[in-house]
Amino acid sequence: MSASPVYLDAATAAPMHPVARQALLAALDDGWADPGKLYTQARRARQLLDAAREATALTLGVRADEVSFTPSGTTAAHGAVLGGLAGRRRVGSTLVHSAIEHSAVLHAAERHVDAGGIATAVPVDRLGRLDLTAWSTAVRAPGVALAALITASHEVGTVQPVAEAAAACADVGVPLYVDAAQSVGRVPLPAGWSVLTASAHKWGGPPGVGVLAVRKGVRWESPWPADERESGRTPGVVNLPAVVAAAASLRAAAADAAAEATRLAALVDRVRERVAAEVPDVEVVGDPVLRLPHLVTFSCLYVDGEALLHALDRRGFAVSSGSSCTSSTLRPSHVLEAMGVLSHGNVRVSLHRETTEADVERFLTELPGIVTGLRAEAGVVGL
Amino acid sequence: MPDEVIDCRGQRCPLPVIAAARRMPEVSVGTVVRVLADDPAAAVDIPAWCRMRGQEFLGSVNGPEGPAYDVRRTH
Ligand SMILES: Cc1ncc(COP(=O)(O)O)c(C=O)c1O
Repeated sequence: MSASPVYLDAATAAPMHPVARQALLAALDDGWADPGKLYTQARRARQLLDAAREATALTLGVRADEVSFTPSGTTAAHGAVLGGLAGRRRVGSTLVHSAIEHSAVLHAAERHVDAGGIATAVPVDRLGRLDLTAWSTAVRAPGVALAALITASHEVGTVQPVAEAAAACADVGVPLYVDAAQSVGRVPLPAGWSVLTASAHKWGGPPGVGVLAVRKGVRWESPWPADERESGRTPGVVNLPAVVAAAASLRAAAADAAAEATRLAALVDRVRERVAAEVPDVEVVGDPVLRLPHLVTFSCLYVDGEALLHALDRRGFAVSSGSSCTSSTLRPSHVLEAMGVLSHGNVRVSLHRETTEADVERFLTELPGIVTGLRAEAGVVGL
Repeated sequence: MPDEVIDCRGQRCPLPVIAAARRMPEVSVGTVVRVLADDPAAAVDIPAWCRMRGQEFLGSVNGPEGPAYDVRRTH
């Protein structure tokens, strides 16, 4: 008999919030027309889009005309980086970013470098926290057009000192872009940013909706071919039913966020303690205190990450891994690499509103045996 | 200069770390073992293993045989 499934990969995609499902179904009936047109059906679609934008702006604490919906968190991040650089190309061509940004940001940075620009990566410490001294020096250098900092690490959960990093940017007039994909709908947002992005499937919205917020007065210029939709910030028609569902679920997630954060943080504490105590030769990584409420990462010495994921999957547990053995690139996770922590045998567990204490208990009960079994198979017990 | 070399080229993580861990108790304290490993994860994992096990990581070298990592047995 196969074990009942326990989904623990919310940091990739949270199960859809029931509010998102309801809103999506309603908007499929009501929001299929093109909101840019002038007939009745289009006006109805326009109202839905405006309401979604207002609700999202309210949750993010910005003005509605500062919010654009994109086809994913990735495209939002690409737009944020390339648009932020384009808007300030007269000032310079340097992008400063942390070494632990999401690959969407790093790939946009690569594009910028290929086009002749400069990208400066700022290191983090062993816990995955930004080196603020190095950051302040980097943003102070001549020719910095944009700085990019993830609000909290999607791989290890460490919350970044965004307010301090923003102050260093403000001192020298450099706009700050924050990738808030793991924070929006879960924790309060930091202040001081100029551009922000998020992704709906991280908070219980549908996949394929990103958010790009650009504050008034920020010099940001679309890097895409011209298109006037979404304030000219992202081309193409929006997936309106999905956007409506994203906005409705964001409001619902934000309303429960404080209570959920308390509940999940306690479960994560339990995972951190029990894994460290009950799995031999394991390194629980990331800041134990200044961290996201829902995410915990650890690495098991001598264990192949892919084998571990498969073994967990066979027992019904869905988790993610930053080990290179599990990725197509064959590179270890750049985040674990930047932190200087063990990169093989890596597991990221991320919780969501449907995660129960019993789910976490079952994971914690089965994990030590699974790791021991893999070590026995590989003949590495007692090393 | 290393006292001995283990060739883990072509092996993927965590095999180079396992090879180093197997060899370490067999050499005398103070011995420097060089691990040749072309899996990029070794650059992270060998120093991390040294930290976890209290062995000394001396550094990496990139020679004609590819990336190599020197570890001294300290206990
Ligand atoms: C921090 C961070 N930024 C950006 C993204 C990309 O979002 P999406 O999956 O919507 O493209 C993700 C999700 O993988 C993420 O965790």
